[in-house]
Amino acid sequence: MKILYFAWMRERIGTGEETLTKPETVHTIQDLITYLSTRGEGYAAAFEVHMLIRAAINEEHATLDSPVTDQDEIAFFPPVTGG
Amino acid sequence: MLTVRVEIDDFNQGQEIAALQKKRTDIGAIVTFTGTVRDMTGTLTSLTLEHYPGMTKRELERIGQDAITRWNLLGCTIIHRYGTLKPGENIVLVITTAPHRGDAFKAAEYIMDYLKTSAPFWKKETTKTDSTWVDAKDTDDQAKDRWS
Repeated sequence: MKILYFAWMRERIGTGEETLTKPETVHTIQDLITYLSTRGEGYAAAFEVHMLIRAAINEEHATLDSPVTDQDEIAFFPPVTGG
Repeated sequence: MLTVRVEIDDFNQGQEIAALQKKRTDIGAIVTFTGTVRDMTGTLTSLTLEHYPGMTKRELERIGQDAITRWNLLGCTIIHRYGTLKPGENIVLVITTAPHRGDAFKAAEYIMDYLKTSAPFWKKETTKTDSTWVDAKDTDDQAKDRWS
């Protein structure tokens, strides 16, 4: 799966994009957050405040219980501030 | 009828209005909203807008199409810039056209309220001393919720 990070999440993690094989324990966005949070200090810092995490699957807004597959493009980002 | 652009370059409100009016006489109301880079304290050097290229245009098209359906708009243009902008520069343009002003006003507000809460853009403010990401506002969510 392809994973994208934006704004301060990208800065904390240190990359805007990575590809990884979906772990067997990951079925939803929530599972993926739990998994990614264990990958190091930057990840832990990026995912620290759950209230501030938004996600998209294949360019559509998603929720914590949205299912994910290995073919998906998943994006994580803070609440949007355009306009 | 719906034009959506996400680009680095500046836009020209007059040209965009003219494009919507071209060859038609059924329009009775044209509303435009322009959002610009604000420097409240005189310390801002620049504002950088990051976005999610794949998703932004699609999200703006969805919002624009919803507004057209809901208010029977005759035309709608949404342009949002990204990259690094100076205080006073244009950020976003929304134009709505309709037979009557009520629909055009409401649709423009609707588009901005949804854009601010669902289009994937993020602002970072740079001053002489540091750079900080702008926090999302609860009031933006409340503004959006009044339409549901």
